This record gives sequence, structure tokens and C-alpha cells, in this order.
Amino acid sequence: MPILEWGRIMVWTNAIIQGLLTGGLYALLASGLSLIFGVMRIVNLAHGDFSILAAYAVISVAMHTNLIGGIVLVLPVMALLGYFLQRTLLNKSLAMGVLSPLLITFAFSIIIQNVLLQVYTANNKSILTGRFASESIKIAKNLQIGLLPLVTFLAGVIVTICLHFFLNHSQLGRALRATSDDPMAADLVGINNRHIYGIATAIGLFSAGIGGILFGMRTQFAPSFGPIALVFAFEAVIIGGLGSLWGTLLGGVVLGIAQGVGSQIQPAYGILAGHIVFIAVLVLRPQGLLPKQMGAQK
Amino acid sequence: MSERVVRGAGVTRALPFFFALIVLVLATLPKYLGVMYQVKFVQAFILILLATMWNLLAGFGGLVSIGQQAFIGIGAYALVYFADILNLNPFIATLFSGIFCGLCAIPLSFLVFRLAGGYFAIGTWVVAEIIKLFTVQISALGGGSGISLAAFSGMGRETRIAAVYWSAVVTIVVVLLSTILLMRSRLGLGLTAMRDDNVAAGVLGVKVMRYRRIVFVVVAMGFGFAGSLIAMSNLRVQPDDIFSVNYSAIMIFMVVIGGLGTIEGPILGAILYYFLQDRLRDYGAWYLIVLGIIAIVTVLTAPKGLWPLITRDRISLFPTKYRVISPTKDGAR
Repeated sequence: MPILEWGRIMVWTNAIIQGLLTGGLYALLASGLSLIFGVMRIVNLAHGDFSILAAYAVISVAMHTNLIGGIVLVLPVMALLGYFLQRTLLNKSLAMGVLSPLLITFAFSIIIQNVLLQVYTANNKSILTGRFASESIKIAKNLQIGLLPLVTFLAGVIVTICLHFFLNHSQLGRALRATSDDPMAADLVGINNRHIYGIATAIGLFSAGIGGILFGMRTQFAPSFGPIALVFAFEAVIIGGLGSLWGTLLGGVVLGIAQGVGSQIQPAYGILAGHIVFIAVLVLRPQGLLPKQMGAQK
Repeated sequence: MSERVVRGAGVTRALPFFFALIVLVLATLPKYLGVMYQVKFVQAFILILLATMWNLLAGFGGLVSIGQQAFIGIGAYALVYFADILNLNPFIATLFSGIFCGLCAIPLSFLVFRLAGGYFAIGTWVVAEIIKLFTVQISALGGGSGISLAAFSGMGRETRIAAVYWSAVVTIVVVLLSTILLMRSRLGLGLTAMRDDNVAAGVLGVKVMRYRRIVFVVVAMGFGFAGSLIAMSNLRVQPDDIFSVNYSAIMIFMVVIGGLGTIEGPILGAILYYFLQDRLRDYGAWYLIVLGIIAIVTVLTAPKGLWPLITRDRISLFPTKYRVISPTKDGAR
């Protein structure tokens, strides 16, 4: 009997740990969304689609070179794409009120999904990583941590730390915060807001790309997965608290754990459990678990 | 002679008769048109209904939602439930499913109104997804594979289609008239003020939150009617289709192309979209890519949409706003 109990505890511990590690992925997807919102007050409805786009791009590039080559090439291209789209289309729409950027990013979402559908078909794909995907570290009996989930989690933490230091301790980060606080005043002291907005979207799509690539390594995906990624990112942002980087990481982890525990109860309940935690936070603590603490974003 | 304040002028005076004529024509059409055209008209009516409702919500209420498929789905399922399981007459079931959607919207509004702007948009979407996930769990509603509408099974095909056509005509006339009357009421005045400037409207005494909640509920009823019509014309409700975010994409497209915040624009947008999808349907995914590109170009080059661009704000088919006519200008003309 005690052995059975131990086994049950391990099963739940495992579910929680897997969920926690998945949370890093949600944090990666969410941090860009949160940054773009923090600086420009717009929600990038195509955020999830951009991350799926990056995952597909890595598959294509890796066919000609290798996986590392694909990642090294795709991520900067994502950043450039973000900067380009911001400077050409989004900046123009920003001046037209709150509705236009929403409509344009929603149109991006539809366009990306359907272009991916045309190019890669609706079949599920995944990024092949060879042995990397199956290797794990044994912690205790019945408790193993996969190398890939661990790397995903660490990537989420590292991106959060990098963003923290970038926003708080660099010239460009200060400019970003200034624009976020008051674009007109920032303009007066010589900050080029249009450039800053471009930088914010570039960083946003860069981190979305990292998230998408790790997502693609861990599970199969299809062109229609973008909206799901967006929804998870959004829930992480709201659970964690608007405008707080560390809150977003925490929100991702909470969402991941909720989903892990939910699917341990019954596989179909995983996503539903995440949604329920999101609703609970929205009802009981609308400011999120870790409301804005630092001056970086509002 | 002093200045006069009028609501509509000149040509608009004749319009009520014109519209009465259109309604009369639409009502007598089933006699002369083939079944296929009735089906097409129903499709167009559903699109007009969806566009008008989304515009009321986003254009006037300022509530940009991409989750209104929640109410389309609830409406469709409610119709099947009321008509098949409670054995109500399908037309009464339509009415009830609309009311049911309105009732569902009240508690949901308290939830999603905690979010603002873009996060409100995604929040409504998440709520729609959650409602879908719950619906799939209910085995009485067919679970993941959906449920068929059996209420019309005793009828012949032509009678059934005529019945659906009639429901669509009645629904669209009632909804459009109510929308116009709503916009001409005190509430409409407040909504128009909110459309132009939220904060200023609030300062002038418009109860912004309350008006938004009212619009959210009223519009949910409209979407419930639309969902019922969709269920009646498809005879089947499937969770992945009826709760599809594509409905939001289509609604946004129609409203943005036609003219957000006008009553005529979304109708124009719906008619344009109807013909576009009819033409581009065979091109598969390219069709949505083209729609997306058209939407982006429209937002950036003609942000007010086609209707104000064509009429230059001079013609109003459904006069809701007051204008000041100065005697000098009148005399010069």
C-alpha cells in the first residue's frame, strides 16, 4: 500500500513538474505579446501565427542546412520582419485609433494561417531534433525530466531575464520605457518613437519565434495552431498581471501547471483546466497574480 | 428665418416607402424565385444580420470583440434544443433562443468587461472557446460531432426552404428596424457620442459602462437569431463550425469594408462580401488571403470604409443623426 501511495504522489508530482516546464513555453510566447502591448497599447492578434510561421520556417531552412542553422537564420529574420511590418503598416495604423491595429493584426493572422496552409498543407508537422527530444534526466524513481522541456523552461527564464536587463539597464530599453510612458514627451527629448515601436515589435516577434520553434520541437503542429498559441500567451499575461515581465513568467507557469494537472485527471480536461484558472483569476484577482511592479511597462 | 435642425432631408423622406416596397418584394419573392435563390437570399440575410450586429457592438459600443461566435453557437444549439427536445414551433424557438442568448450575455459581460481594448477582444474569444469546450462535453447536444435539427423533417424540401426564407425575412426586418429605432433613441444618441469620443461622452453624462452592457446584451440576442437561422438553413450544428473564429473574421471584414459606425456601411459590406465569396470560393485558402489583404488596404487607405467614401456623408438611407440646416445655405440652393 505505501508503495502505491508513493507511486501516486510521483504521478502527480510529475504532472506538476511537466506543467511547470511547459509554462516556460507559454511565458516565451507571452513575453512578446506583453512587450508590444506595453509599448504601443496594441494587442498583436497574429502573435501566435508568427510563432507558428517561425516553426515552419525552421523546418524549411533546416532541410537545406541543419537545425542550428535554421534557428540562427530564422530568428533574426523574424525580428527584421517585425521591424519591417511595424515601420510600414502598423505605425500607420497606430495613428488611426485603437481599432485599426487590431484589424490589421487580425488580418495578418488570417493571411499567415492561409499562406502556411497553401505552402505546407494542413498536415501535422514537427521539427525533428533527433535524440535531443527523447533524452531525459532521471531525478527519482518514476520521475524524469525531459531535456527538451527543461531547455524550454530555461529559455523562458533566460528571455525574461534578458528583457528585464534590457528594459532596465540599457539605453534602448530606457527609450522603450520612455515611449511607453509618454510618447509625446519621449519625442520631445529626441526619441524616434516610430523606430522604438519597430524595435518593440522586432523583439516581440523574435521571442515569439523562439517560443514557436520550441513548441514545434515538442509537439506536432499545423497552420491552424496559431490562435491556440495566442490564447495561451494571452492567458499567461492575464494570470500573471498586465505589464509585469516576471508576472508573465509566473502566469505561464501557473497555466502550464493547471493544464498538466487537468490532463492528469482526464486528457480532455487539460486545456479546459487552464481556461478555468484564467477565468478564476479574472473574477477573483483581475489585476493578476503579480501586478506591475517595475517601471518598465504600464 | 432661423436655422433648422432636421433628421434626414430630401431624398430620405421617400425612403420609408422605398423600403416598404423592398420588404414587399422580398415577401412575395418565394412565389416567383426558385428554391436555389431563396437559399442564396437566406445566406445574404444572415451576413447582413451578422455585420449589423457586429457594427452595433464595435462601431457604436466600442467593444471590438472576436468572440461573438459564442452567441452564434449558443443560439444555434438553443434552437435545436427548443425545437427538437422541447418540441416548440421553430419560429417560437428562434425567438426563445435569441432571448436565451441575451440572458447568457448578462453574466458573461461582467466577466469580459474586466478586460479592455485588445485584451477584451481575445478575452471574448477565450470565452467562446470555453463555451465550445463545455458544449462538446454535453452528450445530449451530440458532443464533438454535433447535432441535427429534426423539427423540419416532416416537411417537403420546398416548404422547408420557404419557411427558413420567411424566418430570415422577418428576422432581418425586425432587427434592422430595431437597430434604426435604437439608434434614434436616447440610447442611440449616447452610443453615437461614445463612438466619436468615449471619454467626452462619459464627461457629458453618458453612462458608458451601462450603455455598453446594454449593447452587448442586445447584440447577443441578434447573434442568437443569426445562429438560429444558420442552424435552420444548415439543418445541422457542429461545434467546430458554429463556434469558428472565422465568423469574426468575416464580420470584421464586412463592417470594415462597408463602413464602421454607420448603419448602411455594414449592409453594403455584407452584400460585397457575399458576391466576393461567391466568386472566390473555388480558390480555397487564397480566398481568405485576398480578403485579408483587401481588409488591410481598406483600413490603411479608406479607414472609414466604402459607404462614407461613396456618399461623402451626404446621403443617409437610415437617417439617425440630426443636422443643422442654415437658411442662407438653403436659400442659395
